[in-house]
Amino acid sequence: MTYIGNKSDLRVVGTRPDRPDGVEKVTGRAVYGADFRLAGQLTGRILRSPHAHARIIKIDTSKAKALPGVKAVMTAEDLPNITSEEAFVGEGPTNFRDQSLNVMARGKVLYEGHAVAAVAAMSPSIAEAALALIEVTYEVLPHVIDVEEAMAPGAPILDENLFTAGVDPKPTTPSNIAKKIILKSGDIDAGFAKADVIAEGRYVTAAVHQAYIEPHACVATIGADGQATVYASSQGHFMIRSFCAKLLGMEISNIRVIPLEIGGGFGGKTIVYLEPVALKLSQISGKPVKLVMTREEVFRASGPTSGAVVEVKMGAMKDGTIVAAQAVLKYQAGAFPGSPVQPGLMCAFAMYDIANVHVTGYDVISNRAKVAAYRAPGAPISSYAAEQVVDDLARQLGMDAITIREKNAAKAGTKTVYGVTFPEIGYEAVLAAAKSHAHWKAPLGKNQGRGIATGFWFNIGGESSASVFVNEDGSVSVVSGSPDIGGSRASMAMMAAEVLGIPVDNVRPIIGDTASIGFTNVTGGSRVTYATGMATVQATEKVIEQLKQRAAMIWDISPDAVDWKDGQAVPAGANAGGFDPLSLAAIAAKAGKTGGPIGSEVSVNAQGAGPGFGAHICDVEVDRETGQTTIIRYTAIQDVGRAIHPSYVEGQIQGGAVQGIGWALNEEYIYGA
Amino acid sequence: MPKVVISGSTCREFTGGISEIEVTADTIGRMVRELDQRFPGLGHHVAEFMAVAIDGVIFQDAHSEKLPENAEIVLIPKIGAG
Repeated sequence: MTYIGNKSDLRVVGTRPDRPDGVEKVTGRAVYGADFRLAGQLTGRILRSPHAHARIIKIDTSKAKALPGVKAVMTAEDLPNITSEEAFVGEGPTNFRDQSLNVMARGKVLYEGHAVAAVAAMSPSIAEAALALIEVTYEVLPHVIDVEEAMAPGAPILDENLFTAGVDPKPTTPSNIAKKIILKSGDIDAGFAKADVIAEGRYVTAAVHQAYIEPHACVATIGADGQATVYASSQGHFMIRSFCAKLLGMEISNIRVIPLEIGGGFGGKTIVYLEPVALKLSQISGKPVKLVMTREEVFRASGPTSGAVVEVKMGAMKDGTIVAAQAVLKYQAGAFPGSPVQPGLMCAFAMYDIANVHVTGYDVISNRAKVAAYRAPGAPISSYAAEQVVDDLARQLGMDAITIREKNAAKAGTKTVYGVTFPEIGYEAVLAAAKSHAHWKAPLGKNQGRGIATGFWFNIGGESSASVFVNEDGSVSVVSGSPDIGGSRASMAMMAAEVLGIPVDNVRPIIGDTASIGFTNVTGGSRVTYATGMATVQATEKVIEQLKQRAAMIWDISPDAVDWKDGQAVPAGANAGGFDPLSLAAIAAKAGKTGGPIGSEVSVNAQGAGPGFGAHICDVEVDRETGQTTIIRYTAIQDVGRAIHPSYVEGQIQGGAVQGIGWALNEEYIYGA
Repeated sequence: MPKVVISGSTCREFTGGISEIEVTADTIGRMVRELDQRFPGLGHHVAEFMAVAIDGVIFQDAHSEKLPENAEIVLIPKIGAG
């Protein structure tokens, strides 16, 4: 296989061609979830709980069903009552029962905005009138929002069948603490005993939403033969297929999911909310059904990331060596277990080589919408707290904030608290780039301050599929199974063009639906350019082998006597014959006469992704009278490996910085105001 | 023989607290089966929910991957998406 990351003579990779989806998006032609429509489609609407916690005594839908123009009404009673089953789908570990209960409440509502019923009608106004006719009788229960209040004895219990996992002996009373996790290395007490200085702090982060511009949206249709099609915007159409099949008791082969353009996801579109409901409404009504969340529904009923309380204590010797690091992470999971506390634990101190580490995490449910993934899920929360304490150590020791990080930097051979010994990594290079950057040395004005923080994320590979076809005129189509949320179509086209030796304009990338390309994991975890790129490169290489064979047939020589160079077939040497090069177009024109269409599909389960490290430097100015905080200067340094399309990589980093600024300064969920 | 290191408390519940195990297996898939035979339920848990780091390089669902003779094998939770 061509290892693009190691090649030095790249012609396409590393350049900045116009994005293939750019014109469609800026001219409004791109079809997002809310844009899509089918003939005869109905309008769906969802009735949501006004209560944070309540028992559902009765749902009377008779008046809604009787309203002219209403074609379907459903509640959880129309869905299979599935049992608890844990699996790894979409964003990570999940429980199908919880996903089902989140899509439509059964027995209890667990957060304000929890879906309790849905309708499909001939018009939006009829659908909304029908919602008003659904009578839900609730027994309102005490609720709990705050993570530490949810953990406290006597807190309202959301799930009487939830007992804290990871505790010995096993508890006999239910709790809102779904899981306790401990990771440790060395001897934390001995570490602190060696410390000359100790710093500690308690840090509270707000739950914030991914706030993708596009709301959740889909159109679903299911025929009398049971064949279903879902048109949806998401980070993974195979994920939608898996969840719909499980939650509706359908065969995967009976569901086809067609991806539409996606207007942002950031992890929040790696699970389903609407698609199983739309399918069920379509099944009841016999018509296509469209469901689109309002912005308000997005905030009330789709997952933000966890709010959290993180307590950190670290100790260092006079020379700056950090000898002990301890943290307790309390992460909101929302109404169902599954906060990203585990990666939060793993990432908190991953930037450092520390002999004695002890981290404890709690996955805590409360009466909030179930959390969803959000850019390196769990990591920014714990890193934020840990990095503050590293700064405090530096201040106590009179050390520069980067110097103390360099002194303790993780490197090849560093053993993490989760047991993995790092291979070659780029954290020291990131710190060196930060230290040598002009920003770090620039003078500050009155009421201005500077901070630096660093972070770590694993990166992953995973299952991806891509196919490469040569069209009749020699142009090339690349089809992949990865929704494009950050420029992956451009990257796939560029990698195929690089391997083929042709201009990227000759390659058209598209995203295949679940029936036209092999299984592909969700777009997320920083995996698509790596894993789907691997599939694309391998498929392209198989196409080149076919092109060489076709050229050999045209020249009537052995395929071994043909080379592929600069987008053309050429004789491998003087002994092969004196043939003029054959272009891709020339070979494509004769494809029918030399064996038929030229193309290949490759599926991979990519392994070996390298971890990523970053450092951000930020200057702020604070108005001491009003508290107004203004960002004066911001510099981000990221170990990105080989940037296929640098503009997209820069966009990812800029977007992450902006979201971090929003998290720090402007955003939070406020209940009960 | 490859040495399996269990750093998290969830897997240690299957092993009764044992955190290092030598295995005879030469692939991840065979290691999963061997762990399940020795600690019932652990193999399934590893297969479904854990990634495997071989000398620092993380593998997910890569059951045919070879385990070098004296490799350090670390079981960690699968890394999800974001």
